[in-house]
Amino acid sequence: MTDGTANFVNIGERTNVTGSARFKKLILNDEYEAAVEVARQQVENGAQIIDINMDEGLLDAHYAMTTFLKLIAAEPDIARVPFMIDSSKWSVIEAGLKCVSGKPIVNSISMKEGEEEFLAHAKMCRDYGAAVVVMAFDETGQADTKDRKVEICQRAYKLLTENGFPPEDIIFDPNIFAVATGIDEHRRYALDFIEAAREIRDTCPGVHISGGLSNLSFSFRGNEPVRRAMHSVFLYHAIPAGLDMAIVNAGQLDIYDQIDSKLREACEDVILDRRDDATERLIELAESFRGKSAKDEKAAEEWRDWDVSKRLEYALVKGIDAHVVDDTELARQDADKPIHVIEGPLMDGMNVVGDLFGSGKMFLPQVVKSARVMKKAVAHLLPFIEEEKDESAKGKGTIVMATVKGDVHDIGKNIVGVVLQCNGFEIVDLGVMAPWSDILEAANENGADMIGLSGLITPSLDEMVTVAEEMERAELTMPLLIGGATTSKVHTALRIEPAYKGPVIHVLDASRAVGVASTLVSQTQREAFVEQTAHDYENIRIGRADKGHKPLSSLEEARANGFDADMALKPPAPAKPGLHVYDDWPLDDLREHIDWTPFFRAWELAGIYPAILEDDVVGESARDLFKDGQAMLDRIVEEKWLQPRGVAGLWPCRRDGDDILVEIDGSEQRLPMLRQQIDKRAGRPNMCLADFIDPAGDWIGGFAVCAGHGIDEHLARFKADTDDYSDILLKALADRLAEAFAERMHKHVRTDLWGYAADETLSNAELIREQYDGIRPAPGYPACPDHSLKPILFDLLGGGSGHNGPAGIELTENFAMFPTAAVSGFYFGHPQSSYFGVARIGQDQLEDYAVRRDVDLETATRWLRPNLD
Amino acid sequence: MTDKADQLRTLATERILIKDGAYGTQVQEFKLDEAGFRGGRAFMRDQKGNNDLLNLTRPEITSDICNRFVEAGADILATNTFNANRISQSDYGTEDMTAEINLAAAKLTREAADTASAKDGKPRFVAGAIGPTNKTLSLSPDVNDPGFREVDFDGVKQIYVEQIAALVDGGVDFILIETVFDTLNAKSAIMAALEEGERRGRVLPLMLSMTITDMAGRNLSGHSIEAFWAAVRHAKPLTVGLNCSFGADRLRPHMAALSAIADTLVMGYPNAGLPNELGEYDECADKTREKVGKWVEQGLVNIVGGCCGTTPDHIAALADLVNGKPPRAIPDPIDRTFLAGIEPMTLAA
Repeated sequence: MTDGTANFVNIGERTNVTGSARFKKLILNDEYEAAVEVARQQVENGAQIIDINMDEGLLDAHYAMTTFLKLIAAEPDIARVPFMIDSSKWSVIEAGLKCVSGKPIVNSISMKEGEEEFLAHAKMCRDYGAAVVVMAFDETGQADTKDRKVEICQRAYKLLTENGFPPEDIIFDPNIFAVATGIDEHRRYALDFIEAAREIRDTCPGVHISGGLSNLSFSFRGNEPVRRAMHSVFLYHAIPAGLDMAIVNAGQLDIYDQIDSKLREACEDVILDRRDDATERLIELAESFRGKSAKDEKAAEEWRDWDVSKRLEYALVKGIDAHVVDDTELARQDADKPIHVIEGPLMDGMNVVGDLFGSGKMFLPQVVKSARVMKKAVAHLLPFIEEEKDESAKGKGTIVMATVKGDVHDIGKNIVGVVLQCNGFEIVDLGVMAPWSDILEAANENGADMIGLSGLITPSLDEMVTVAEEMERAELTMPLLIGGATTSKVHTALRIEPAYKGPVIHVLDASRAVGVASTLVSQTQREAFVEQTAHDYENIRIGRADKGHKPLSSLEEARANGFDADMALKPPAPAKPGLHVYDDWPLDDLREHIDWTPFFRAWELAGIYPAILEDDVVGESARDLFKDGQAMLDRIVEEKWLQPRGVAGLWPCRRDGDDILVEIDGSEQRLPMLRQQIDKRAGRPNMCLADFIDPAGDWIGGFAVCAGHGIDEHLARFKADTDDYSDILLKALADRLAEAFAERMHKHVRTDLWGYAADETLSNAELIREQYDGIRPAPGYPACPDHSLKPILFDLLGGGSGHNGPAGIELTENFAMFPTAAVSGFYFGHPQSSYFGVARIGQDQLEDYAVRRDVDLETATRWLRPNLD
Repeated sequence: MTDKADQLRTLATERILIKDGAYGTQVQEFKLDEAGFRGGRAFMRDQKGNNDLLNLTRPEITSDICNRFVEAGADILATNTFNANRISQSDYGTEDMTAEINLAAAKLTREAADTASAKDGKPRFVAGAIGPTNKTLSLSPDVNDPGFREVDFDGVKQIYVEQIAALVDGGVDFILIETVFDTLNAKSAIMAALEEGERRGRVLPLMLSMTITDMAGRNLSGHSIEAFWAAVRHAKPLTVGLNCSFGADRLRPHMAALSAIADTLVMGYPNAGLPNELGEYDECADKTREKVGKWVEQGLVNIVGGCCGTTPDHIAALADLVNGKPPRAIPDPIDRTFLAGIEPMTLAA
């Protein structure tokens, strides 16, 4: 519960069409989604209340106000702060009040049209549950002098409180007018406001004083340093007098003490009306500040004094996004065209990043942070660029990227996309589960220079072959890049490249992506590179053909050489057989079971945790990443971003040849397993998971766990904020939590549900080293390579699909699990059970397996392709 | 009616008062089939489940339930009108009977209360129950169109005006705006009551009761109980509190938060725990008593009662629980500006 008690309230002014040209344009163009983002930024930047004003001649203010209020009501990040409904039209205010569920502020009502209307409006505000801003305005006009301000406010106070209006819900706006205009009558405006504020607070107990600050410095528009200084000096004096809220751009205030002393004194002379020549002196001095980039001196860091392009470079290299939008805006104002900011300072900065990354002095997490800064800068420039419809905005080249159909994993693809974007490529990201038709269409529509495919699960390898075949059919010639955890140079050479006549390149990891893509768009290097790669792949093919395959045993021989488990050692029947569902496993418990090493690997940092943190080469980068990961984990746990759901089941079973027959609901479900067929040295068995099960009767388990529920909302938030770093970080952490959940569930099964190791006490490190009895092989992994066993496993685990399925996991047509932060598998309890790789199998086993699975040979071939010759 | 509000306030300084329990749970006991709901009348659509209609078709059932709660010790009886609004009734095709249903319910409950009071001389109060409807003013039913709303403020207000007017005609003492899952719906009901009161030239005393829909302690429109209080305090309600949601144990921290800041009577009437796998409430009366006992011990409440799953047994257990226990002391009003988005925000004085 955060109950903020505020002494001075910053009211955000950017969602005001009269205060922000950008917001006005968005609303006029009906771009409400982008307008909502303006509100979000306001709140993120510290606005404690946001002022919403749609008073613009060209707008249907009634429609704009209600539409915008309804939209931001749906955004908890924005709707957490009170709204200020700002309009000079009562009908617009009332329409707004009907859309706001909390307690807002109305800005404003006044006695301009007399007491009766004033009181009627005040009563309506109260009945709708709103506080009000009362403007110092009466039947004769707006109050300018101190006496008029005080007199009108006192009169309004008396009227309101006598009619039952709570004094604490009254906020007076005694009108901040422009000073230093050169007109004598205006000289006392600021001072009158300050003195009036003091007297109003003294004589009208309970009320607050507010004002719109931007008017004050109107004479100096275009000279931001002077305006900011004036605002800060004014607040410095007005706040002690009783001003306790103001409509202001919080990011554009200077610290009083840090204002240049000459400028500060000149501002003070004007605001407090201390000299007859105060205005002239300030005007004179102001010229020397015009254009001086004194943004946010509060940081007071040395780099903030550098010129703007150096600052942008620094921010990009260091991944600091705090000032990037302001700096980009400054650079834009200096540039002839907004695109020049990208081509100039931003690309210069990213080139430094690229060089550091390429030479191993910078690591992936930092690069992604840099990319976040870059994206924010580009996002700021885009509206300007689009405005100019600048055709030359095209970068180095356009790459269509996709995770192929049937696969939902995209961490690696997103990393590569970010790195490429940092290096000037335009990325058309088709997301996950992209069918070949969409990929080809997008390549066509966007005039792509190349296509990049990604996939994590083995069936994706086949799908990539399909995409290559379709590219060939469509007579494309652009390069095809292949990446992702299961892909390999060998697979690309043997299976994908022969399917497509254009260049096909396997990209090992993100750090290679830029080099490969840049070479492919280079006039001078492309040809040689493509030729060399094709030559390499040809050599791989020849090598494979020459070398031939290690001989395989026949299935019969392999079975005869199976593993002979000692069934006297098999664990007893489970203590708690049947299905066990856990819909909200505590996150902090999972956190303790995380294996961090793969987390660093996901970011291409090689090394074993915790030693990696002290590594000479990647240690610093690993420490930073680990710190960010821990900080996000803190929030994941405390704010419950994710809902871990899991299910485990234990069923009686028996072995039947290479199959396991699982007894469930009175019938038997067949689980065909695969056996190693590689010729073994004497004494080495040809393993099959069925070897660990007793034909005379035994037990087997299954599980599915998922740590991805709830993740979408946060990913959407990061996406909206163009924050790829946090996006990838969260996905990587969710994956780790899912693996930790699998580890934790396995322990729960051993110590409780099955209970054959009730006394087990292993540390997390010991768990990670698998120093326990029993294994949990997953379909699609080496011991059990057929992904298509997943639907059978899921049926055993209770069936259903999607949210109602086991652990709320959905299976795609190619048996990938969604959400992706999920693990499923079987439990074998036999103490001699161990992991192994089935590897290559023969045609005899393929045919035998098809019969056992009761599918045609073609289907079985598709499922087992990675294990076939 | 204002007299009744003063009377309730005075009584509440002496002891913790008792509100009744759930109608739905009691209606289930009658195991009514379609014909049982129709009570011999003809309808275009099925009426099974339309508990509010029973006020018309089976008045003896409403009266019987009222009497059971009176016997259990309830000081305040709510009317059987949770869904007796035009929006909810339209699901049964009975929207044009809305006023009639409310009028009948108010009269039946009034009669039960007055008959009992005539016998034993103890005052009893009737609260006209206003549910949230099944439409929400703050949320879009279409995830792809977050700005869309199925209903608007004035439309919902008009529906509430119809219900409130009929309840007042039937003789209720207070208007109970309960199970508030959307604070904006509640604000429109408040506006309806204010306007209807003005038309009648008197103040209609309000009882406001929010419900919590997630473990973070918020309702559907996202408000914590403090933010809710900020948003509705202008109504100067006779009581404010929480109902439905979870059992009394999980509601307790939220009751405590409200109790500390609400300068009016606090009323809480929880469910009988959380529903089991079959959606049934199986928390027994003693368990509810034990959990509400914590509220009483900590001085969090002025009025307690029951919501889903509570029976006359639960109410009797609560009446026994509060007997002789001191009521909550009402704190001083907040004299600072108390605003809210979905979080509360207090301005310094």
